[in-house]
Amino acid sequence: MSVVNGGRPSEAKVVFYNDPRIRSLFFQLVLLALIVALFWFAYDNTVANLKKRNIAQGFGFWNVEAGFDISQTLISYSAASSYGRAFWVGLLNTLLVSGVSIVLATFLGVLIGILRLSKNWLIAKLATVYVEIFRNVPLLLILYFWYRGVLGLLPEPRNSIIFPGHILLNTRGLLMPRPVLGDDFTYPFIAFVLMVLIAIGLSVRAKRVQERTGMRPKTGWLSFGLIVLVPSVIFILLGAPLSFDIPVQGRFNASGGMSLAPEFVSMVIGLTTYTAAFIAENVRAGILAISKGQTEAAQSLGLSHAQTIRLVIMPQALRVIVPLLNSEYLSLTKNSSLGVSIGYPDLVSVFTGTVLNQTGQAVEMVSVTMLVYLTLSLLTSGFMNWFNRRVALVER
Amino acid sequence: MKKIIAAAVVAAASFGLVSAASAGTLDNVKAKGQVVCGANPGTAGFGVPDQKGNWTGLDVDYCRAIAAAIFNDPTKVKFVPLSSKDRFTALASGEVDVLIRNSTWTMSRETTLGVIWAGVNFFDGQGFMVNKKLNVKSAKELAGATICVQQGTTTELNLADFFRSNKMEYKVVTLGTSEEALKAFDTGRCDAYTTDRSGLAADRLSMSKPDDNVILPEIISKEPLGPLVRQGDDQWLNLVKWVHFALLTAEEDGITSKNVDEKLKSDDPELKRVLGTEGKFGESLGLSNAWVVQIVKGVGNYEEIFERNVGPNTPIQLARASNALWSKGGLQYAPPIR
Repeated sequence: MSVVNGGRPSEAKVVFYNDPRIRSLFFQLVLLALIVALFWFAYDNTVANLKKRNIAQGFGFWNVEAGFDISQTLISYSAASSYGRAFWVGLLNTLLVSGVSIVLATFLGVLIGILRLSKNWLIAKLATVYVEIFRNVPLLLILYFWYRGVLGLLPEPRNSIIFPGHILLNTRGLLMPRPVLGDDFTYPFIAFVLMVLIAIGLSVRAKRVQERTGMRPKTGWLSFGLIVLVPSVIFILLGAPLSFDIPVQGRFNASGGMSLAPEFVSMVIGLTTYTAAFIAENVRAGILAISKGQTEAAQSLGLSHAQTIRLVIMPQALRVIVPLLNSEYLSLTKNSSLGVSIGYPDLVSVFTGTVLNQTGQAVEMVSVTMLVYLTLSLLTSGFMNWFNRRVALVER
Repeated sequence: MKKIIAAAVVAAASFGLVSAASAGTLDNVKAKGQVVCGANPGTAGFGVPDQKGNWTGLDVDYCRAIAAAIFNDPTKVKFVPLSSKDRFTALASGEVDVLIRNSTWTMSRETTLGVIWAGVNFFDGQGFMVNKKLNVKSAKELAGATICVQQGTTTELNLADFFRSNKMEYKVVTLGTSEEALKAFDTGRCDAYTTDRSGLAADRLSMSKPDDNVILPEIISKEPLGPLVRQGDDQWLNLVKWVHFALLTAEEDGITSKNVDEKLKSDDPELKRVLGTEGKFGESLGLSNAWVVQIVKGVGNYEEIFERNVGPNTPIQLARASNALWSKGGLQYAPPIR
């Protein structure tokens, strides 16, 4: 006691139940016990009620044959696969559409955010119109617009638009030749990876030289040559171990080749255009947060407008933008659950939709799905927080 | 919607709120003053609201028949439109008293969902619809086709089974509701659209050019559709079941909404039992003994309901076929009221 009180002579002893520390500990324990009891009660009651109602429970369904098909599968899946397999198919589809859309929305959003601050009146106004339209229309309508309004107008398979190189475009999607890799294709690929690593090394060295001498050695053409020419030469020397599976028009659809389904494309375009509008506003806010003095200082050093943005404004604006981006990425991932309305087989469509209906186990399905989205969101947040620390102002 | 319902189930199940709904449904219904029916929001002939919000359809009339039996007033009903994948959760959670929404009676649904069927008010089977341009005459020619299907139905499973057992490839596009699936088919995303044949007949009418599409002859599954209730309330199950049988019995005995008053004067012992002038059959269900009179006056007998909603004189133009009475070569058969 005396130590805690900073070495002063010990005060009059208090009864333990009047000790504020013991009291606060006691009440926290009581609260914790209440919360645990509440959750236990909820769990126990759910189980008991489901049992009373003869509703199946537990995860016994996981290895049962699913019996339905899914239109887009990144891993092998058929109607004979299990419900568990269907879960992974749905999860991967969610990850794919979210990942692709996040990358595209970031590029588009940054571009539009910058354009909105352009000195060119027309460009700035067009960017404003874009933001106002996409930010203020519900996402579901945007998805319908792209799926039915735009991609739905493509010609039917018999009258496909044919592009050179055996590429077909119709209501069933964009069909392309699928590259079939020969066994020897590994070698040019290894060469490619090696050359990329060397090019990165060259760039790192160039940066060091620049920091030391102020002059940056030119590495662009050398890197380009290494990355493109070396693997190409090896590829040709090995006798070009690559062929193409070309889509062939059948009675209904073209078969063979690979295709981009309109559902996936609509989802990506819809999520990208919608989220980009929000990202653009974040970027604009970030840039406006940088005082005008920075721009003037950069210009007085003779930097061009593009250089000013790239080297002076953006690195500082990122500190404002990144935390905001985080929540846009989270919304985008969660918004991808609208996929079922345009036939995209994401996690919610496959698992909380079809599987839930076949098994009827709503409690299990919804809990698992919520857990998945929670995990995805925490992972995204974790990554963005790490990135945020990286771009934070480095004190020298 | 589905999230709300699922959340409601979790919340309700967690805190035991549902327990009140499982026993004594009839008492609850009487206290509420109306029957709450889970209904199909968009299948013409079976369940569909018009612009004024008036519901019509065969399933809808079954709901009205239950209300007529209980309250002697077929309008004391409330329809809750449900999508395929929300319907069983809505019934199990007590949101609706009875689900009459062309739902297929299957073993797994009855053994794992906590629901029980009260009968079959329409014998159906799954079929395909294609555009005439494709010149397809049989479902066996659909190898390689893209097929639009609604999510959360036995249809999805039958479709996969059909192509698996015939060793044909196909591509599936699964959409959330029947409207979305039909729309995707209509805009050319799919070569064929599949659902129960009764649904195909109705859906064809809501397409942009109905006459360009044709329903293929194959029936690839058994789809016994009927009303269902929660397990554990036998009184309510009996009531729904016998309302169905009463509609069939009325047709069998020639009792219609027009001649029911005349029939009441009859001395025929069967008619006296059915119409409640003899015996206490209605009371044993918790109803008035004139329950069949109330039903028939309210909505007519099974034949009248069928002809009014889906029969040859309606746009749907379905023949009685399997849904004729057993005495006329069909499958509809009611145990005797005695």
